[in-house]
Amino acid sequence: MIEIIDLHKYFGRNHVLRGVNLKVEKGESMVVIGGSGSGKSVLIKQIIGTLKPDSGSVLIDGIDIAKMSENELYETIKRFGMLFQMAALFDSMKVWENVAFALMRHGKLKENDAKEIASEKLRMVGLIGAENLMPSELSGGMKKRVGLARAIAHSPEILLYDEPTTGLDPIMADAINDLIIEMKQKLLVTSVAITHDMRSAYKIADRIAMLYEGRIIATGTPDEIKNTDNAIVRQFITGSAVGPIKI
Amino acid sequence: MANILLKPVELLGRSVTMFWRTFVLFTEELGKIMLFLCSAIKQLVLPPFELNNTFKQVVEVGIKSLPVVLITAGFTGMVLALQSYTGFKRFNAEVMVGTVVALSITRELGPVLTGLIVAGRAGAAMAAELGTMRVTEQIDALETLATNPVKYLVVPRFIAGIIILPSLTVVADIIGIIGGFFVTVNVLGANPSVYWRRTWDYLEISDIYNGLIKACFFGASIAIISCYKGFYTSGGAEGVGKATTGAVVLSSMAILISDYFLSAWLFK
Repeated sequence: MIEIIDLHKYFGRNHVLRGVNLKVEKGESMVVIGGSGSGKSVLIKQIIGTLKPDSGSVLIDGIDIAKMSENELYETIKRFGMLFQMAALFDSMKVWENVAFALMRHGKLKENDAKEIASEKLRMVGLIGAENLMPSELSGGMKKRVGLARAIAHSPEILLYDEPTTGLDPIMADAINDLIIEMKQKLLVTSVAITHDMRSAYKIADRIAMLYEGRIIATGTPDEIKNTDNAIVRQFITGSAVGPIKI
Repeated sequence: MANILLKPVELLGRSVTMFWRTFVLFTEELGKIMLFLCSAIKQLVLPPFELNNTFKQVVEVGIKSLPVVLITAGFTGMVLALQSYTGFKRFNAEVMVGTVVALSITRELGPVLTGLIVAGRAGAAMAAELGTMRVTEQIDALETLATNPVKYLVVPRFIAGIIILPSLTVVADIIGIIGGFFVTVNVLGANPSVYWRRTWDYLEISDIYNGLIKACFFGASIAIISCYKGFYTSGGAEGVGKATTGAVVLSSMAILISDYFLSAWLFK
């Protein structure tokens, strides 16, 4: 479904992605782990096409998104939903307007119908009665839930999660993990998450890939990753300051 | 000895390099703004059209700037009358005050002062709002919801700038002239019918609409510069602050510099 081939990205002289290769099958939940500054966010922005690669390609169902026209790209993007690290809710709009944004814009739904669907999606993520609040009135965990409701509102086939549990307390983080699993089971979506939270990675992943120095250095099921011989991966998953990864 | 001789040369070299660097940065920024303008114009002509958003921006920019424009224009007309009256009295030309006020306000002060106020009021707000949206990933979020952020955010502000600045300028022209009339007649005791006759005798319709053409241009510059600064903000809260200041400074400079060239071209 998603295939990344020899992807390179530079920011000025900084060579961030140095040949990433990764394949995500339909219906699979892939988690990309890696340290801060390893290029995880850059990778996820290339998958959804908001950043263009300098070389290499990202194929969605075999079609290179870098070669699409603007209209084709936006049509492809409609198949995606994305949850941002800090939720990135539109702070000038009410909660339900955030959730219904894509529905009203692309689905041309009437306000009442859109609001109804928004309420239903909000119920799915466990938020009831928050429709008319403003994002500034929500806690971090609630914002993430609204962000998730917005990401699934237009029934996408692919969900992208940018550090879904960062900044949440352990219980709220686990609640978000449960939601991610629920989305996968109920909506049958393909998902790609980036995180450095190993608890979350083990829980939500079918497969885990580790990004290090701009390349994928290991992939495997959570069990394979737990029992890896790769010293770099071992250091990362055990969270040790001593090892081959220089701080 | 050699050091003392070399010092001025070193200083000269440094200043030339600094000047050159500033010049390169300035032209680079100008080029980027032009590219940004082109993408805004492209999105402006392509459907769908953001009518609701545009209306919201017109209200936002227009209504909120109106009180400040009224006060500024009124007092500018008043002080203009006061100063020219005392000046003209020295060679018995007090009757010309009406003409001076009307020409100065419609040709120059109306559009320029309105532009500077809108730059400080609405330009700053545009840069701060878009800047905050950029650093909190709301602009990225728009893209992931298949919405072109230039079309959704920049085009409505651009149109609002072009519509609102001339409208506010018309108001400023009227209030400025009334302010001048009030001071000349009620404070300085001049004859009201002479004031009006001198105003209308010499004021040409081209004075007014050339002033409004300038205002359109200022409105477009403020919107595109402020949106550009906000759209490409980086570096968190500090970045938003810098973008906002930058937007006000750059739009004000653009207004004052382009005013000279537009005036030279329009009022030949």
